[in-house]
Amino acid sequence: MVDFGGWDMPVNYGSQIEEHHAVRDDCGMFDVCHMCPVDLRGDAARTFLSRLVANDVAKLKVPGKALYSCMLNSHGGVIDDLIIYYMNETFFRIVVNAGTADKDVAWMRTRLAEWNLAAELTPRRDLAMIAVQGPNARARVWQALPETRVATEPLQPFFAAECGEYFIGRTGYTGEDGFEIMLPSAEAETVWNTLVEVGVKPCGLGARDTLRLEAGMNLYGQDMDEGVSPLDAGLAWTVALNGERDFVGREALVAKGQQHEFLGLLLLEKGVLRGHQPVHCQQGVGEITSGSFSPTLQQSIALARLPRGVAIGDEVEVEIRDKRLKAKVVKPVFARHGKATI
Amino acid sequence: MSNIPADLKYTPTHEWLRVEADGSLTVGITDHAQEALGDMVYVELPTVGKHYAAGKEMAVVESVKAASDVYAPVAGTVTAVNQEAADTPDSLNNEPYAAWLFRLQPDNAADVAALLDADAYAKAADE
Repeated sequence: MVDFGGWDMPVNYGSQIEEHHAVRDDCGMFDVCHMCPVDLRGDAARTFLSRLVANDVAKLKVPGKALYSCMLNSHGGVIDDLIIYYMNETFFRIVVNAGTADKDVAWMRTRLAEWNLAAELTPRRDLAMIAVQGPNARARVWQALPETRVATEPLQPFFAAECGEYFIGRTGYTGEDGFEIMLPSAEAETVWNTLVEVGVKPCGLGARDTLRLEAGMNLYGQDMDEGVSPLDAGLAWTVALNGERDFVGREALVAKGQQHEFLGLLLLEKGVLRGHQPVHCQQGVGEITSGSFSPTLQQSIALARLPRGVAIGDEVEVEIRDKRLKAKVVKPVFARHGKATI
Repeated sequence: MSNIPADLKYTPTHEWLRVEADGSLTVGITDHAQEALGDMVYVELPTVGKHYAAGKEMAVVESVKAASDVYAPVAGTVTAVNQEAADTPDSLNNEPYAAWLFRLQPDNAADVAALLDADAYAKAADE
C-alpha cells in the first residue's frame, strides 16, 4: 500500500505485469474512489466552464458527452487536468484528481464568486468510483450489472449516462475500452465483489501507471503541474485558442507560446527509464517526466520534456546512474487497444 | 510470510549470502525483497575483479515500479556474476535463492560472522 494524494492505495494485488496484461487482453478493474466528482449545477454552468478551463465546452453539444481539459492559473500553469461530463444545460459533472481536489474546488468557488455567476459546486465524496477496463470490460459489466445495459450499450466512447443512482462513462485511463462507474459508496464493495465473480481482475496503481504511460496519457504532478504550460506537456490539443473566448491562463499561454517538445522515448538498450533522468539531445538537455518498463513492448518507455527542435526519429542519450544509454524519440503513444502502436 | 532459509546469512538491506566451500560468498536478494519490489524487469551486475567496500552499491535490480541497489554485505572482490539472472530478471521473483547475482571473495572471512542469521533477519524484515 502507498499513500496517493492522501489515500492508501495498493500498488498491486498480485503481479503488476499480469494485471497490466489483463487490461490489455481481457478485463481488469481499478478502485479509483480517490478521484473526486464535483457536480456543477445552475443556469450559468456553461458560461462558468467556458471561462474556467482551457478546452472549450462549446464542443459539448450532445448530452452525455465528455471533454478532457486543463484548468489553468493566470500564468498558464496547470492547476489540474479534469474531465467534464455534460448532462444538461444546468448540470455538468467534473471529475478531478485526488491530491488536487480541495485546491480545485477552492479555486473554482473563488472564480465563481469573482465572476458573480449563478451556479453551485458540490464535491461528491459520497460517491465511489470503479474503472473497469479492457476489451471485455463492457460485457463483464453488463454481466455483473445487467440493469445498466439498456442505458450504457448505446454509449459511444467518451460519453456517459445516468442509470438510477449510477453514473457510467465510457471513459478511462488505460487506452482500452471500458467504463468508469460512479456509484453510492455503500454499494461499492458489493459491486466490486460481483465484478470479481464474473472474472474481472483487480488491478493496482502500478498497472494503472504502466497502462496510462503506454497509452501516452499524462499524469498530473509528474508530467505537468502548476509550473508547466499545457503546451509544454503535449496537451496543446486540449487548449482551444480559436475565437475570442477568454479563459484563465489564455493571455499567458499566448504570450509565452510553446517552449518545449513533449515526446516519447523508447530505450534502445537494457535498463529502465524513470522520472527526472536527464536526456541529452543535440539541442540541449531535457528531462524524463514519466518512465517505466512497458509490459506490452517488453522494453522501457518514457514521456519526456525536451528542448525545442528535437523531433520524432532522433536518437538521444539518457543518463541513468553513471551511464548514458541510447534512446529513440517517438510519438508519445506506445500501445492502445491491446496492441503496440510503434 | 516470506521464505527465509536457515542455512543462509542475511543483511538488514535484504541481501542473502551463502558461504561456499572455497570461502567465497554467493549473494542474491531475499524473497522478502523480491516480494516488496514486485515484477523484476532489469538487473545490472558488477564487474568481475572489482573490489567493493562493505555497504557499497554493487548491483541494481529494477522492478516495474522501482530501482533498488544491492549492497556489498562485506568488503571483497567480485569473482563471478550470474549472467542468467540478468537475462531473465523474473527468475529473481520465481526463485530468489537460486537466482544469485554475484560471488564475492571477502577481504576478511571473519566479517561474515557479524551478519544476520535467519531468525535475526526474520525479525528485521518484519519491522
